[in-house]
Amino acid sequence: MTQSSAAYLIRGARVNGRDPADILIRDGVVAEVGPGLSAPDARVVEAHGLIALPGLVDLHTHLREPGREDAETVASGARAAAAGGYTAVHAMANTDPVADTAGVVEQVWRLGRESGHCDVQPVGAVTRGLAGERLAELGAMAESAAAVRVFSDDGMCVSDPLLMRRALEYVKAFDGVVAQHAQEPRLTEGAQMNEGVVSDRLGLAGWPAVAEEAIIARDCLLTEHVGSRLHVCHVSTKGSVQILRWAKSRGCDVTAEVTPHHLLLTDDLAEGYDPVYKVNPPLRTAEDVQALREALADGTIDCVATDHAPHPAEAKETEWATAAMGMLGLETALSIVQHTMVDTGLLDWDGVAERMSAAPARIGRLSGHGRPIAAGEPANVTLYQADTAWEVDPAALASKSANTPYRGMRLPGRVTATFLRGTPTVLDGKIQ
Amino acid sequence: MRHLLSTGDLSREEATLVLDTAAELAQVSGRSVKKLPTLRGRTVVNLFYEDSTRTRTSFELAAKRLSADVVNFSAKGSSVSKGESLKDTALTLQAMGADGVVVRHAASGAAHRLAGWVDGAVLNAGDGTHEHPTQALLDAYTMRARMGRVEGLRVAVVGDVLHSRVARSNVLLLHTLGAEVTLVAPPTLMPVSVHTWPCAVSYDLDAVLPKSDVVMLLRVQAERMRHAFFPTAREYSRRYGLDRDRLARLPDDAIVMHPGPMVRGMEISAEVADSPRSTVNEQVANGVSVRMAVLYLLLGGS
Repeated sequence: MTQSSAAYLIRGARVNGRDPADILIRDGVVAEVGPGLSAPDARVVEAHGLIALPGLVDLHTHLREPGREDAETVASGARAAAAGGYTAVHAMANTDPVADTAGVVEQVWRLGRESGHCDVQPVGAVTRGLAGERLAELGAMAESAAAVRVFSDDGMCVSDPLLMRRALEYVKAFDGVVAQHAQEPRLTEGAQMNEGVVSDRLGLAGWPAVAEEAIIARDCLLTEHVGSRLHVCHVSTKGSVQILRWAKSRGCDVTAEVTPHHLLLTDDLAEGYDPVYKVNPPLRTAEDVQALREALADGTIDCVATDHAPHPAEAKETEWATAAMGMLGLETALSIVQHTMVDTGLLDWDGVAERMSAAPARIGRLSGHGRPIAAGEPANVTLYQADTAWEVDPAALASKSANTPYRGMRLPGRVTATFLRGTPTVLDGKIQ
Repeated sequence: MRHLLSTGDLSREEATLVLDTAAELAQVSGRSVKKLPTLRGRTVVNLFYEDSTRTRTSFELAAKRLSADVVNFSAKGSSVSKGESLKDTALTLQAMGADGVVVRHAASGAAHRLAGWVDGAVLNAGDGTHEHPTQALLDAYTMRARMGRVEGLRVAVVGDVLHSRVARSNVLLLHTLGAEVTLVAPPTLMPVSVHTWPCAVSYDLDAVLPKSDVVMLLRVQAERMRHAFFPTAREYSRRYGLDRDRLARLPDDAIVMHPGPMVRGMEISAEVADSPRSTVNEQVANGVSVRMAVLYLLLGGS
C-alpha cells in the first residue's frame, strides 16, 4: 500500500449528496471544505458527480484470521473493506483460536495496523471459546492495546439468560456493548433456512422467526433491567423490528443492525439449493425485507453491518445441509444500500452516512471514525459514483473468497476512492 | 424431462406417460425372460449415501431388466467415507461415463445439486425430507391398478408428514393427477405452511376415514419421539394407528397403503397390514415397473 502524507484536493464532490464542494485533506485531517478551494501543493482528485461520504464503518466483519486464512486474512479482508469504501471494520471473535483473550484480540488488532488498508477493531468473545458457559476475560480485552468495546459470541447466541445478564452488567465498567446473535438454540436445532412455505417445500428444517424475536425481547428487558447497552446483530424479521420499536419506545438502550443481504434477498432464492444463499440468520420473506427497509429508514434499526462471511469454495460447493453459512458483503454493501434504500426513496445520502458510518462508529465507540466531512475532522472519506453500474465478478473481488450471492448481477454505484486518515487506500477505483 | 428430481416438475401428461409406460413394462415382469434390450450399452449408477436395500434393489432390477449396465456405489467404505465431496464423487462418476445417476441422500436438495454437476440424467431416489418421486409414482400406479383411476380419489395420508419425503411427493403428484388429498397427523408433525399445500388438513383420523378411498400410512420414526412430537408411541397409536376397528370405518372398496418399512402395532396393526385391502407388497412389485418406466423415458429416448 502506498503510504503518503501528501495533501489531496478533492474537487467537486457532493458531500453526503449535497451541492458540489472541494475537500482539502492535509496531514490526515480535513483542512477545509468549500467551493473553489486552492492548494498548489495538493494532488487533485477530480470528483465531479461523485458523492463524498464519511469513511464507512462495519460493526460486523468476519476476517477469519487466526485459523482460517484460506478463507480470508486480516490483510485481504482489510483490502476488501477499503474497496467497499470502509475505513474501519470490527472483526468478529469466532476465529480459531477464539478472540476471547487479550492476546488474540491484540494479534488481530496488530495485523490490522500492519495491513494499513483500514482500521481493524477486534470484537471480543462474550464467553470463553464461545461455549456460552463462562464469561471471557472481558476486562482484559477492554484494557488491551486493542481496547475492545464490542463483545459478541456471534454465530452463537448467549442463550443462558443469567449469563447474558452478567455480561450486560459487566461491560458497563468500560462502556462496552454486548452484540447478541439472537438465535434461540432449541428452536433452531438443525435449522437450515427460514421456516415457512419455502422450507416446507424444499424439505429443509426451518429457522423460525420467533427464535430470533424471543431472544431480542428477552435481551431488551434484561438490558433495561440492568441499565446497560445491547446491540442486536443482523436483525432479520418483521417481528424483531416491532420488538425493537417497542423497546426503544420504553427507553431501552438498544441498537440494532441489518445486513445488506437481508435488505434485498428473500428465502425463495434457496429453491435451487445453491448454498451461496445459505446464511445465518437466514434470508426471510419479502414482507420481512420491506419491514427491515422501513425500520432502517426510520431509525428503529440503527445501522447497516455487512456480516461479511468469507468461505472457501469447498465449503459452499456441497449439499445445502453441510454447506457453511454466510456470504461476502464488504465490497457490495454500499451498492446494495443504494439499490434498496436510496433508489427507492427511503433514505437520502445523509441517512446513508449516518447508518453506514456515524452510527456504527458510535455504537462501537470508535473515535476518529464516523465523523462528518468537516474542517478539523479525521480525513476518512469515501468517494462514490452513484450513477454507474457494475457487474459482480467474484474473481475480481479483493476478498480471498468468492461466495457472493450477487455473482453476475449488475449493481448500481461504485466506490472510486477511499481515504484513511488522509491516505488513499483506494484511488481511481484501484486498491492502493 | 431431463432429470426426475421432484414430482412437482411433472405435468399431468408426463406423469400419466410414466404410469402408462410402467403398465406396458409391467408385462415384462410376467415373462420367463424378464429382460428388454432398451438400455443396452447405457450405464446407470446407483449412488446411495443412505442405506436403502429395497429402493436400491428396485432400481437395480429395473435397470437390469432394461439391459443397462448397473454400478452400485455405496457411500460406506468408499471414497466418500474418506471425505470426498458429493461434487467430486459426481465428477468421478461422470468421468466413468454414467448415463444416469440414481441418488439417495440424507440431505434435502442433494439430487438438485448433483444435477448441476453431471451431464447424465439424475433420478432422485429420496433426498432428506424433501422428495421421493418414484415412490409417489409407484403409489399412484398402485392406486390406478387397484381402483381403476387416480382422478377424483380421496386419499388420506397419515402420519409423520413433517419429515416425510414420501408425503411431499405424493401431495404434489396426486394433486397433479386430480386426486383429493387430506393430510392427517398431530399438529406437531405437520409442516408450518401446510395450509398453502394443495391438500386438506385434519388432525382427526376417525373423521377422515369414512371419506377416504385410499389410506396411506407413513412411517413414524421412533427416534423422533424423544423430540416431543407426541407423548408416547401408545398415544400415537391410539389416535393415528390403523387397526381393525378403524379399517371398518373405511368404505368397502378402500385400500390401505404403506411405503414401508412398517412399524407393526404402532402405525398399522398386523391384521390390517396382512389384510387383502393392504397393497404393501403390490407397491414393491409396482416399484420395479415404475422405475423401469422412468429409466426408459429418461435414458432411452422418447
